[in-house]
Amino acid sequence: MTESSHIVKSFDLDLEHLNSEITNMGELVIQQLENALKAVVSNDSALAHQVIDKDPEIDEIEHSIDTFAIRTIALRQPVASDLRAVISALKVSSHLERIADYATNIAKRALSLSEVKYTPSIGSAVPRLMRLAQDMIKDVLHAYINRDDTKAKEVWERDVELDEMYMSFLRELLTYMMEDPRNINACTQFLFIAKNIERIGDHATNIAELVHYLISGHAFDEPRPKGEGEQKVIVT
Amino acid sequence: MTSQSKIQIKDLNLFYADKQALFDINVEVMEKQVLALIGPSGCGKSSFLRCINRMNDSVEGIRIHGKVLIDKKDIYDKSIDVVSLRTRVGMVFQKPNPFPKSIYDNVAYGPRIHHLFETKAELDYVVEKSLRRAGLWEEVKDRLEHPGTGLSGGQQQRLCIARAIAVNPEIILMDEPCSALDPIATAKVEELIDELREKYTIIIVTHNLQQAARVSQQTAFFHLGRLVEAGETGEIFTNPQDGRTQGYITGRFG
Repeated sequence: MTESSHIVKSFDLDLEHLNSEITNMGELVIQQLENALKAVVSNDSALAHQVIDKDPEIDEIEHSIDTFAIRTIALRQPVASDLRAVISALKVSSHLERIADYATNIAKRALSLSEVKYTPSIGSAVPRLMRLAQDMIKDVLHAYINRDDTKAKEVWERDVELDEMYMSFLRELLTYMMEDPRNINACTQFLFIAKNIERIGDHATNIAELVHYLISGHAFDEPRPKGEGEQKVIVT
Repeated sequence: MTSQSKIQIKDLNLFYADKQALFDINVEVMEKQVLALIGPSGCGKSSFLRCINRMNDSVEGIRIHGKVLIDKKDIYDKSIDVVSLRTRVGMVFQKPNPFPKSIYDNVAYGPRIHHLFETKAELDYVVEKSLRRAGLWEEVKDRLEHPGTGLSGGQQQRLCIARAIAVNPEIILMDEPCSALDPIATAKVEELIDELREKYTIIIVTHNLQQAARVSQQTAFFHLGRLVEAGETGEIFTNPQDGRTQGYITGRFG
């Protein structure tokens, strides 16, 4: 916390507790994404199951953050930056929970992929997409914990990069499917995985907006940077 | 709802003998809105409040510079009659202070000294209307001849509000009107403030920040005799612009 302490010190402890719960949750989510990626790349069903089984743990943390935040609002009646901190914690945790759901979805796709007989060599696109999404989450959590507006803005602007990478992967998948219908099965799974990663990037961007609001009290001035739309990828 | 300016304070400075208590205060109060004054003890908010109905006039060694305009007329102008000013600007204090008279006479006091009625029936009407508006009528209508001092603290405070509005003021000043009341009595007074806003412009000094947030449309934060920040209440409590306001309302400095 960059701000000075409250006269009532236990209030600071409450806010710190929320911060550290978000940190824990964030680390778990990043771990889940890492394992989901490994499960896809190395065709590891056991690891995929591990990711799926761990998801309720993250839901549990979200629930405990909700309860704690509501309790803090009731007992401390926070205002101004304190109120923004509590509300942001609530919202960040719900975004993290959604990201964890995507990690679970990806793990489920890994299981489906393990049953597909014919898989084209898609190169490093999925790992690259995933790295970028993970970096965005790591950076935005860092920005959240350290109240770093510049870093939040950076993440917010980086989503375009992820969107573009996703679009080009989509085109690649379409090409594979047109080349050989045997690819369709696997490519459909990859398509879902890529879409999940793209959504993860959106949630990281939302968290970046929350961090900016938390620090400044208002939204980013300019509209969210946008790449080309998905509708541009069509089969001709 | 567009609101008109009711009170304008311009470059107000106040000195108690050698000690300056208010520094260059500039603020505007909108008609039929509630302005809450917040700030640590001794910050000047009560001194400021008392400038608005010239309650400070009788204080020994006091000097006031600057302008207090009500409906664009300076109330410190020589032509202003202080007695009639105070019928226009009523006041409610921290501790309920009913006169040692009956409930009826407490409310009738102002209309009597200002000759605001012709017949007994008219006075009865003013008393009933004021008590109703103060949300007290149902509780006291059967014992109007009982002493006002026999009521509960919350009822006494509402009696004082009834007394203040009996002379049909335009502005009501409240100096911590709920600090001696329990939460239920406080809620009743807060509800009353919200209703009174239909007719009156209200300025309230409060140490209870949540109360300021609940009852006011505008909030002004005073610190060390200066007006640090004034603005829309929702904005002050979610996104104050000045670090001192932020520190005070979040409980970060004493």
